[in-house]
Amino acid sequence: MMTIEEFSRRLRAGEITSTQVTEECLRRIDADNARLNVFTLVMADEARRRAREADKEVASGTDRGPLHGVPISIKDIIDIRGVPTTASSRVREGHVAERDAPVIAHLRQAGAVLVGKTNLHEFAFGTTSEDSAFGAVKNPHDPGRSAGGSSGGSGASVAAGMALASIGTDTGGSVRIPAGVCGTVGLKPTLGEVSIDGVVPLSRTMDHVGPLTASVADASLVYHALLGDARTAPPVPMPMHGLRLAVPRKYFCDLLDDEVRARFDAALDRLRAAGAHVDEIEIRHAADIAPVYLHIVLSDAAAYHAHTLETMPERYTPAVRLRLEMGRYVMAEDYVRALAGREVLAREVDAALAQHDALVLPTLPIVAPPIGAATVEVGRGREPVRNVMLRLTQLFNVTGHPAVSIPAGPTSSGLPCGVQLVGCRHQTDVLLKVALACEPQITGVSVPRGGTSGG
Amino acid sequence: MTIDAWLQAAIADAERRGLPDLKPVLETLAKATTALRAADFNQSAVESRKSPVESPTSAAESRPS
Repeated sequence: MMTIEEFSRRLRAGEITSTQVTEECLRRIDADNARLNVFTLVMADEARRRAREADKEVASGTDRGPLHGVPISIKDIIDIRGVPTTASSRVREGHVAERDAPVIAHLRQAGAVLVGKTNLHEFAFGTTSEDSAFGAVKNPHDPGRSAGGSSGGSGASVAAGMALASIGTDTGGSVRIPAGVCGTVGLKPTLGEVSIDGVVPLSRTMDHVGPLTASVADASLVYHALLGDARTAPPVPMPMHGLRLAVPRKYFCDLLDDEVRARFDAALDRLRAAGAHVDEIEIRHAADIAPVYLHIVLSDAAAYHAHTLETMPERYTPAVRLRLEMGRYVMAEDYVRALAGREVLAREVDAALAQHDALVLPTLPIVAPPIGAATVEVGRGREPVRNVMLRLTQLFNVTGHPAVSIPAGPTSSGLPCGVQLVGCRHQTDVLLKVALACEPQITGVSVPRGGTSGG
Repeated sequence: MTIDAWLQAAIADAERRGLPDLKPVLETLAKATTALRAADFNQSAVESRKSPVESPTSAAESRPS
């Protein structure tokens, strides 16, 4: 995977053009999309036109910043003016977006080249990207396995070299989960930081927009572009020596695949060896995370879908329809209990971070599950795939803390797994400094630092 | 409403609506609701709420950016 940093440096050195790299992305889409089912729409003509414009601007001395001329894919749940926003559902047939979502407008202003819209779990309500009107997204590392979800097409597009970055959404882990199983970086910023206008909602109180990229530095560049601040260079890594990390081992490490545990423990060993202090902390109400999350997300989603569940239920995929119907039975008093639990959990994560720079935990307990699997073997028994995949990510949608998944190297079977870092609310940039410092230790390989000349 | 009473009513409603496949899903929700109601952060009219966690000084306040 070419990083945005490398692209940006070589573009300005005259070694490559946006047109060349965009054509390479389109070539890979043409070669592999039928096999991997990554894109719902390829915007080849627009991408070529934008890439030519970007190259002309570079030649004339115009520099829009680090994303200038960078091919980026967009989850098909975010509005791009003039094209459908399908949310990978037949319910949305005939829809055409009238305007760009603010995050798309910001990317255009930053000079990004939009190569197309990516497949997802229908209405972002699932973790495998299997239930989709366009069929299941396949994992580029093993097409028999899930690319994660709900932003599965986003993760697969970056992992397969079809784009240098992708924009996903994350309501329970939907950026970090595909990042984890596809071997990319995935950033969920602090709740409310990045606009969710022009995004089909799953839960307005837990939805986030965030980037999937090849590196933490790239995630920082795209994150700032999403905020409308395209000229911000990646932050300086926080010094490793004395970095204070905390592992919430109870609950979060209770149920892990043996190989995922081994990769996680190896990453912790490297972090310690590099000078980080690694403590253990406890989130006291961790056992309540799933019930709290479930009652909020089900209620929010059911409210949005109530009308179409009545008028066109047959257009939903069966599994997503059932999950949405479940939300129509949540009682108000239990929704209120979940909101109370949400406050408690947010305070407990705040408390855990009061003496630490970041929490560190696996992104998922498992590697990518086989497509079609309802349960997966983990620990001493079999667990529902959805529950396991959400287990370590959904807390930070409930609490709003920023979190980033970093590849922790492949397992012996060659499948990626990820390690998650979690920072203080409203300090996503500080989390990115920590993540930049930890990235070489987590990946197990040194990450070359190439400065962008874009400002 | 008790969870048992709710579950019976919900399953009956789902069957009336021609959605018998909802039954196992509703049973899953009932388990989650049972866990939620058992959590010690719930308030009661006869008992004052205990703070499950002391309000921390946030890292944002305690650490220079």
